Amino acid sequence: MIELFLVFVIFGFLGVLLVVMNKLLGPKRSNPTKESPFECGSPYLQDGINPFPLKYSLVAFLFLLFDIEVVFFFPWALVFKEIGITALIVMFAYIFILLIGFIYAWKKGAFQWER
Amino acid sequence: MSETIIILIKVVCALVWFLLITLYLTWVERKESAVIQDRIGANRASILGIRIIGLFQPFADAIKMIFKEDFTPRFSRRFLHNLAPFISFFFVAITISAIPFGDVLRIGGQEIKLQVMDINVGLLFVLAMLSLGIYGIILSGWSSNNRYALIGGMRGAAQLISYEVALGLSLIGLIMVYPSLNLSTIVHYQGELLFGWLPKWGVFLQPLGLLIFFFAALAETKRIPFDLPEGENEIVGFFTEYSGLKWGLFMMTDFMEVLIVSTLLTTLFFGGWQVPWLAADGFHFPWGSEWLLPHGIVVIFQVAAFNIKVFFFCWLQILIRWTYPRFRYDQVMDLGWKLLIPLSLANIVATAILLSI
Repeated sequence: MIELFLVFVIFGFLGVLLVVMNKLLGPKRSNPTKESPFECGSPYLQDGINPFPLKYSLVAFLFLLFDIEVVFFFPWALVFKEIGITALIVMFAYIFILLIGFIYAWKKGAFQWER
Repeated sequence: MSETIIILIKVVCALVWFLLITLYLTWVERKESAVIQDRIGANRASILGIRIIGLFQPFADAIKMIFKEDFTPRFSRRFLHNLAPFISFFFVAITISAIPFGDVLRIGGQEIKLQVMDINVGLLFVLAMLSLGIYGIILSGWSSNNRYALIGGMRGAAQLISYEVALGLSLIGLIMVYPSLNLSTIVHYQGELLFGWLPKWGVFLQPLGLLIFFFAALAETKRIPFDLPEGENEIVGFFTEYSGLKWGLFMMTDFMEVLIVSTLLTTLFFGGWQVPWLAADGFHFPWGSEWLLPHGIVVIFQVAAFNIKVFFFCWLQILIRWTYPRFRYDQVMDLGWKLLIPLSLANIVATAILLSI
């Protein structure tokens, strides 16, 4: 337990130090051009972030599903050698159901990135 | 009390090793790319006129970076803007504490494990910390308050999330073969022999798992074949609005990930600190002869073996980065979802069938 604490404290301290170091040691100069956001050379048009299309939400949903699947796999893999043939049958059923879902998502076009 | 001091020494040693190798990886990358492109590469940095093929270059870079201006743009979300590089650095660096560098070292009746934290869910700890690093990317994109940075951050998050699944699934087969989540136990399992002569390394038992893990891990390092989050020479990435050491933290994170992936590949698939046929008291060769060694020499052999394997994989990853062109976005996502995930499921099924026969 103490090692976990020490690791977090030492690594965390180093991280904070690295982030703060420039503020302590670096120069401070400013001008209006520096303060404007990076816009690939075109004049700066508006502040902040516009509403943007969240195409990646579908990826996030699929990730959630599959990552939970991975979580279920870990304990099964750990005790696989002890349980033997029962584990095999149970997991085949599980993988089969998952595969149906996977193929459904594929056929529905969840993996078409150009649209 | 003395235990605490030992732990402290171990943490500091691991940290120094990790940071030194990371710094020198930047130099190795420059030299290796120079050799590939028929240039000389960084060789100018010197101390008192002595320059050993530019070996001081990383320190010169680090000192330069420390004295840069701390530039937080006025339009950014200040707190998150400072938090993002910290998260990115911290959660990658901390994984080194779960990696076993060697077996037990005995000094003066005390047994010291050459591993900072011997956690019984070490593998899960490493995976969890690596995936927490995604927050650094999303936060840096979001807090910059710049449309290009935001889209870069989203792109990065989508890519890392996609490969996270394949990364996790490719390790299931490995856990079935070595039923443990403790990294040092996994390494101990790999010390056994197959057919009496072949070391029982993950590469021989899980070749497909190794391939999937390697590709997924390459994508997680977000370097060139997969560098869509921040293609330096084409697309604006998520840390456009950063400068100085905070930018340096993001760049260092890339190299740290290369190092962590190398250590993970070594630990999981190439026997960690195991040298073939080296037991705790010396070599026992499969043809019957023996070469007994004192304890100290055995430990040195183990740590050296670990380091050599790690350096080899660092070299290999840099070679890949300077050899292949960049994937297109849909190719990256296709590779992750349509190839690696079905393949890793097939790997699990095949391993299960082979193990139960």
